[in-house]
Amino acid sequence: MSRVSYLLLDVLRYPETLTGLTLSEWNQLIPQARHALLLGRLHALILHKGLLDELPEQPLNHTLSAYLASEKQRATTAWEATKLSRALDSLQLPVILLKGGAYFQTNLQISQGRLLSDIDILVPKAKLDEAEQRLNAEGWMSNKLAEYDQRYYREWMHEIPPLKHITRGSFLDVHHTILPPTAKYRPDPAKIMAAAKEITPGVYTLGSVDMVIHSATHLFHEGDFDHGLRDILDLHGLLTYFGDHEPGFWDELVPRAIELDLINPLYYALHYCSLILATDIPQRVIQQAKQGEPNPLMSRVMDWLFMRALRPDHPSCDLPFTGFARLLLYVRSHYLRMPLHLLIPHLSRKAWRRRVADKGEQTAPGEAFNIPKPKPSFWRFWAR
Amino acid sequence: MMPHISELDLQHLHSLLRSTGLYLKTGPFTYRIRSSVPSIAEGLHLLYGDNPYFQQLDFVDFDIRLDSPNRLRRRFRPKLDFYFDHQTPFKPLPVTQAYAFLEWGMNWCISVHMNQYLKLHAAVLEKNGKALVMPAAPGSGKSTLCAALMLRGWRLLSDEHALVSLQDASLIPVCRPVSLKNQSIDVIKNFEPAAVFGPVCEDTHKGTVVHMQPDSRSVELDDQRVEPGWLVFPKYVPESETRLTERIKETAFLKAGDQSFNYSLLGAKGFEVMSKLVGASDCYNFSYSNLDEAVTTFDKLSETAA
Repeated sequence: MSRVSYLLLDVLRYPETLTGLTLSEWNQLIPQARHALLLGRLHALILHKGLLDELPEQPLNHTLSAYLASEKQRATTAWEATKLSRALDSLQLPVILLKGGAYFQTNLQISQGRLLSDIDILVPKAKLDEAEQRLNAEGWMSNKLAEYDQRYYREWMHEIPPLKHITRGSFLDVHHTILPPTAKYRPDPAKIMAAAKEITPGVYTLGSVDMVIHSATHLFHEGDFDHGLRDILDLHGLLTYFGDHEPGFWDELVPRAIELDLINPLYYALHYCSLILATDIPQRVIQQAKQGEPNPLMSRVMDWLFMRALRPDHPSCDLPFTGFARLLLYVRSHYLRMPLHLLIPHLSRKAWRRRVADKGEQTAPGEAFNIPKPKPSFWRFWAR
Repeated sequence: MMPHISELDLQHLHSLLRSTGLYLKTGPFTYRIRSSVPSIAEGLHLLYGDNPYFQQLDFVDFDIRLDSPNRLRRRFRPKLDFYFDHQTPFKPLPVTQAYAFLEWGMNWCISVHMNQYLKLHAAVLEKNGKALVMPAAPGSGKSTLCAALMLRGWRLLSDEHALVSLQDASLIPVCRPVSLKNQSIDVIKNFEPAAVFGPVCEDTHKGTVVHMQPDSRSVELDDQRVEPGWLVFPKYVPESETRLTERIKETAFLKAGDQSFNYSLLGAKGFEVMSKLVGASDCYNFSYSNLDEAVTTFDKLSETAA
């Protein structure tokens, strides 16, 4: 199996090597970290290890800049959570934060230097319409989407179309479960919500084991691996932190994943965390999780794919066929999300529209205040 | 003594840009620039002629490239992509806008990626050891005024980015060509026939855009910080009289905050540094239509430097 390392990974695993880097090595490291969305995280690591005074200033400007942006997001997230909790209070609905928002709210170490693109919350399906109306009334509005997209979200997805606050401009994703209803696995959202824990009054996160399982499910079911390394690093951080601080965490993890029908993504998470980051996972837990392992042939195929896709999307990190691996995983994610009779018409429609409206979302360079969105990486595979 | 970019042969510069790239240091930032477009080579040769030429820099802040995505694009309706680190953050633009695209892209690198300073959208100049900071929205005549002051002996720190140090609120220069648009181009040409201009880019989303060469003294002093002196909000008003009026610091603070790229991102630190900047500056509104009178007014103002 290919396990060629690269600078960013070496540094994340052995931060003390940072002090020995030459400027030319920094010149490689900074772009790798930027593409992996890990500049801010790298800065947090440097602060944590007390290396700030020993490292060259010029590259540190880049890590610091991203770190400051992340600290701003921490403040914004806390404020948004307060606003959300006020908005949903009259419906007696708790605000259950998912993913990045939850890491910020619990002040987990992995949130240091992390960046968010939106805030994700979980709401019971029965209350979804009411919640959406409340949120609309409080200023979170749905962008104008084509009718087809509206229907796609509402019929087939586990979330409603993204909302944007009219004055603050923050993005909100409202989920009613953690996987699309059309997906192969059907975790019961009620069980997940019942285990949520309150962090500040009215604001919740998932329980620790569920947080790990959700993060794993999200990563290994998504087709977008642009930030795959960041996500695997999140998982590594969650496993290490809960493993060290919460007695019983390791014993609950696998049984809970089985209960939620999500043992397969949990297996992948444990497998790739130990393979890529040498996460300290008890042997018995790995053994238990093997129920989620695919057959031996599939296992080798998956290793080939994921060991490519979970590298930063930067040419200096690419192995042969990385673009092809990303493309296959993109197709796989859709296959996991929808049965073929829904998927094929959907993808053809999407591809057609992409050709017509290619790059429509990008900004003109004069609009310096907008941070442009990168294109999905697999299109670059075709462009090569 | 380090050679200057203008000392390179233009053909040599062009072949550098096509291969390993030109290493450029401007203010605190370093760029590596690659492009096969001739107008980029011409523009850089002329407008960055006084910047030192480095054969190689070990670390560059921004690795950028302007080129057509493929051969076909080079022949039919040629368009350029702006690559930053292999990614293309913008829509492609016609090759006729190449030089402006480069400068906008270089600005964007600073606006979006650098938060180790408080950044204002402002022109910054220096006289008698104090900085004149002029924050303004696009279209308020900031660059025209900035160009005129530079041509009359003020030192240019930037016509686009006021970089304010988070430590002591001093102004950090990033001396680059001044961007002029539409009527301003002729206004400055008439004001100073000796001014030097780079490639003309027509029909951009901002109209006709051209960049003016900074004077060599400003480029030479590009690493020397300046203490804040005056915070002035300029406005070009057709046919108006020249008028400089004091304004209270409280509203100047808010208005400067409006013109900041990262005031809110920096949180408490942003507030602290902005307070220092406004505290140390005399604050004014300025409206003008006549450039000669404007220069006289500012020259007089510069005499108030303690």
